Amino acid sequence: MQKTMTNKEYQSYVEKKTPNSKTRRNVLRAFLVGGLICVVGQFITNTLKMMGYGQEQVSSVVSLIMIFLGALLTGLNIYDDLGRFAGAGSIVPITGFANSIVSPAMEFKSEGYVLGVGARMFVIAGPVLVYGISTSIIAGIIYFLLK
Amino acid sequence: MASKRLGKQTVMLQNPPSITSTASIVGPKEGKGPLRLYFDNIIDDEMWGEKSWEKAESKLIRETFSKVLQKANKTSQEINYVISGDLLNQCIAANFGLRESDVPFFGVYGACSTMAESMSIGAMLVDGGFADDVVCITSSHFCSAEKQFRYPLELGTQRPPSAQWTVTGSGGALISSTGAGPYITHITTGKIVDMGIKDANNMGAAMAPAAVDTIVTHFKDTALLPKAMTL
Repeated sequence: MQKTMTNKEYQSYVEKKTPNSKTRRNVLRAFLVGGLICVVGQFITNTLKMMGYGQEQVSSVVSLIMIFLGALLTGLNIYDDLGRFAGAGSIVPITGFANSIVSPAMEFKSEGYVLGVGARMFVIAGPVLVYGISTSIIAGIIYFLLK
Repeated sequence: MASKRLGKQTVMLQNPPSITSTASIVGPKEGKGPLRLYFDNIIDDEMWGEKSWEKAESKLIRETFSKVLQKANKTSQEINYVISGDLLNQCIAANFGLRESDVPFFGVYGACSTMAESMSIGAMLVDGGFADDVVCITSSHFCSAEKQFRYPLELGTQRPPSAQWTVTGSGGALISSTGAGPYITHITTGKIVDMGIKDANNMGAAMAPAAVDTIVTHFKDTALLPKAMTL
């Protein structure tokens, strides 16, 4: 190759030429949508509390409802459009976690229920679960030792 | 001693083969683009009546193959080789799409370069006197490529501005020993040039150095000038 540029020079050239994501716009959208999802969660929380449920019950039921909503919107082909607009605003809440499990399940349904849906369902959520659960175990052991 | 070589990476074909017919079928997004008038068929649904995107991609190859033959007034019995590939694992689109063709098959994988790669090999086969008619055919499908290489379509992610979009479509060409042209006179085969781009969302930057290298080498090897090119 007629090298006139080193790899480093080329990489910094590419970096200069590549259009950046619009951070300010993305942050604003993430804040609005993420905030809205939290408002929905809080609304459900307050409603359930008014109906006389205890804090512990409310926490589980709200999570369940939010997961259901995330899964439903994924199934209706809406959550991906929401995600394209909101970015982290719709990935970080628990609805995004539901989306990350339902979307591969839908995608791999064409490969069957065992080797498709069953095997691929956790391709995205898997690492979150592995390291989330591992971290909580380590934190638990530390807590146990310090107590 | 190889007598048809020219310079470092180029071969000069002594009996330039003719591109006798071409065909292309594309997806709905491509069908709305500026090239829409040049496609033979635009499908309006990414599944194209099949049960999976992979099956739809196989159908793209199958239908493009018969379109190429139909336009050249040939039957598959008259074709000596078909050279084909796609983006999927084990080139399943090409293999299943051409299963019924009953033509000796060369499978190739060059990702974005598969079409040029298959036509290079096809032209050399014809020029070498090993074949009279060779069909070269390639496909890709946005949905099956996203599924295999990236994320599920329904996952709510954002694409960076540098992200590319895989074409849904298939293109094919018949290369013959006789015909009215256009003719394939030279082939410059590119090298793998890796300048260390690690961003999977910026494939253009990863591929550009190899393209530049091939183009420059082509002009050096053939002593042609860019103005000798007609498009």
